[in-house]
Amino acid sequence: MELICPAGTPAALRVAVEAGADAVYCGFRDETNARNFPGLNFNRDELRTAIRFAHQRGAKVLVAINTFPRAGALSLWHEAVRDAVEAEADALILADIGLLDYARRRYPKQRLHVSVQAAAANPDAIRFYTEMFGVRRVVLPRVLTVQEIAAITKETVCETEVFVFGGLCVMAEGRCSLSSYATGKSPNMQGVCSPASHVKYEARNGRIVSRLGDFTINAFEKDEPAGYPTLCKGRFATEHGAGYIFEEPVSLDAAVILPALRDAGVTALKIEGRQRSRAYIEGVVRSFRAALEALDAGMPVETAALARMAEGQTSTVGAYRKTWR
Amino acid sequence: MLSTVPTLPPIIALAIRPLPLMPLQPLLALLVQRIKQHHPGIFERLDCHAEKRFGIDPTDLPFAFVLEPQRLRPRLFAVRTLPTDLDVRIGGSFACLTGLIDGDLDGDALFFSRDVVIEGDIEAVLALRNAIDDAQVDMLGEALGPLSQWKGPVRRILEEIVRVLTLFDRIATRA
Repeated sequence: MELICPAGTPAALRVAVEAGADAVYCGFRDETNARNFPGLNFNRDELRTAIRFAHQRGAKVLVAINTFPRAGALSLWHEAVRDAVEAEADALILADIGLLDYARRRYPKQRLHVSVQAAAANPDAIRFYTEMFGVRRVVLPRVLTVQEIAAITKETVCETEVFVFGGLCVMAEGRCSLSSYATGKSPNMQGVCSPASHVKYEARNGRIVSRLGDFTINAFEKDEPAGYPTLCKGRFATEHGAGYIFEEPVSLDAAVILPALRDAGVTALKIEGRQRSRAYIEGVVRSFRAALEALDAGMPVETAALARMAEGQTSTVGAYRKTWR
Repeated sequence: MLSTVPTLPPIIALAIRPLPLMPLQPLLALLVQRIKQHHPGIFERLDCHAEKRFGIDPTDLPFAFVLEPQRLRPRLFAVRTLPTDLDVRIGGSFACLTGLIDGDLDGDALFFSRDVVIEGDIEAVLALRNAIDDAQVDMLGEALGPLSQWKGPVRRILEEIVRVLTLFDRIATRA
């Protein structure tokens, strides 16, 4: 299985390649990708240099252009597709049907992947993307069990890529409106979930209170690990009591089920975290590279001590083994 | 689990508290000029956030820093207490803050473990963190300037001093 690693900056990309990534995914410094954070991402020159660096070392670069274009502003997304192709990206990761159609017609030889933002979660949906746009790989949403992934892989001609570590989005990705509801901005359109412009942290007697727009998301006690200020990981008071309504602050770590994912026919394993540092990327990529080497050698897969990297310092295998509450 | 990053022994803060900050200021000015010269990409990544004022508070030292990255005239200076009109305040142990700059530690992980506390303009915090992480600033090397080839021995001496003082502090605390 291929190891697909994140990079938010050229330095992070170099670290990912040196740490053992088969491919690195990244995006441009604008709203065309779903990690449009301040100070993050690549300008055109940086992308060309990064792709050369990766290719010289046998690694691929996949460019995420995975937000949904705004009406009247298509040129920004079309230019991103053109510039990524001209920079010799190994694949484009797209979510929007119109953009997939544009890329297929304009650059028929370019390899296309379906982003997780397309929420393609069943064989019919995936077949549509392969038949209409010739996509070669689909990144599956983080809401499927291993058995469902195995069934999908068996029924489709398309390669499948699944997340194995990092931020755990528990929603139908590309369709979630929680961030829009609170801030007017979303990962789907502006490339930002819970945008930093709307986040506030307040220290109150040792507690940290996180706020998003007009909403209090959480209050962490003095000795309690913290999490991101997203509505889906918020702790709320309801008529049924106070607690986490959707999901707790927790990260995905699927290292223990790598053998099951291999048996399910998965082609590529994806690490989330383009917004994270070089230290995170080096630690996580090296850990999963070692796990894959152990798997290939028929050795037991060691679960590395990555909990300190996890949101809330807690890990889960998420929907891969989800039992509904 | 929470924190896994060590803090400086209190004896260090106690020892340097009476010292004046004045001699530190030209060294900090020189440091920030060297960083500007060797890492111009930081300012491009900071974009409009270069005009913001950042308070950096090493919680185990008796002073703090104010950083004004302004593209043309960046400034870094030490203060006894952070002013109240800053855009951002970043607090954490000296080891946490230097680990972030050196790229040895992950900012989000330090936030999850409560080792680092941030307040104010979170966009500016992210821009600064991402700009520094990409720049791969060698803080000790930049601080030593032309003597940077001695970085390894200097680092080992500093680590040894901290180790001895930590030991001394533990013994003194027990007594």
